[in-house]
Amino acid sequence: MKTDQLLDLLAADTRVVAPNAAARRLALAVLVGLPVSVAIVAWDYGFRHDLAQVARAPMFWVKLLFPLLLAMAAFVGAQRLARPGVPAGRPVALGLALPVLAVWTLALVAWWLAPAVERPALLWGQTWRSCAFSIGFIALPVLVSSMLALKTLAPTRPGWAGAAAGALAGGAGAAVYALHCPELTAPFLAVWYVLGMALPTVVGALVGIRCLRW
Amino acid sequence: MTLQQVEAELLSLFLRGLDGDARAYHAFLKRMSGHLRAFIGRRLFGWPDDVEDLVQECLLAMHHQRHTYQRGQPLTAWVHAIARYKLIDVLRAKSGREALHEPLDDELEVFASSDHEASDARRDLDGLLEALPDKQRLPIRMVKLEGLSVAETARATGLSESAVKVGIHRGLKALAARLRTAS
Repeated sequence: MKTDQLLDLLAADTRVVAPNAAARRLALAVLVGLPVSVAIVAWDYGFRHDLAQVARAPMFWVKLLFPLLLAMAAFVGAQRLARPGVPAGRPVALGLALPVLAVWTLALVAWWLAPAVERPALLWGQTWRSCAFSIGFIALPVLVSSMLALKTLAPTRPGWAGAAAGALAGGAGAAVYALHCPELTAPFLAVWYVLGMALPTVVGALVGIRCLRW
Repeated sequence: MTLQQVEAELLSLFLRGLDGDARAYHAFLKRMSGHLRAFIGRRLFGWPDDVEDLVQECLLAMHHQRHTYQRGQPLTAWVHAIARYKLIDVLRAKSGREALHEPLDDELEVFASSDHEASDARRDLDGLLEALPDKQRLPIRMVKLEGLSVAETARATGLSESAVKVGIHRGLKALAARLRTAS
């Protein structure tokens, strides 16, 4: 086919294109995936019965806001990486790194302040075995929906875009899981929540490299 | 004309295209194909036969991904990123990683030159089009071979204008998908 003929065809397919497609499609993906994550926790895990009391504990809010902040930074990163010629950007990198560093600092302080006999309990809690996998599982609906959204966009670095979608899903999943999770210590968050959110991030990167090419 | 003027004119045509102005969009694509041909030609000088194929592939990619351009973003960066992405694919397939040693980060050069001498594309896009279902193939053939407008094609085929548009839209999508699996 001659290129001029192709131009005629493409011009015949002109239509009004709505702006901000990347952000809108990813937001839609979260709106579709998140309720499924909430439903999984509601039916499979059950919310904490003492949410009203525990809402007075500052650590509960740290546990909720920490993954939410990561999810927001990852959302911004994913919608940027979904557009050709737009790097993830320094604010996104800081938005991902600072909350993690803050929780790690908090964990170290709590660790040093605690008497030696209580330290293992701070780190392992009662649920360390299942925590990371539960977060990964609860993140799955958002991971799938946001990868499908990225599939309709044009990430020139598919691995990074997939990782950003994974971090978005991980942050969302961990925030939902926090409504079930009985643990309230910083060292626990610093290890098991971070691992739980890293899981979908790595999966997102690996899937992205294979499936997000266009 | 300075590079800034070139970019400003292309951007204005492109934005009108995003708002649904087919004539402006056609002018944008026409000028863009010249820039792409020069840009890609310089980097694929060892394989002159592949230049036109890649120009067409980039045009298709830009068309299908035009919703990923965000108003306010430099058009150069967007166009360069797409051309670079498609170019790397081709170079990788051709010569492993060796060809990537040449830097492709010359973003500002995309609009620096233009080449309107199209050589023939080697890849058989027409063959791919022939394999499409009638509803897509007929409108595409009328627009492509006879240069008819959407309205004229609708009259000639007895299809509605929206059916012609949908046919062309789906046909182009299928074409892009087939190119992806073929490469």
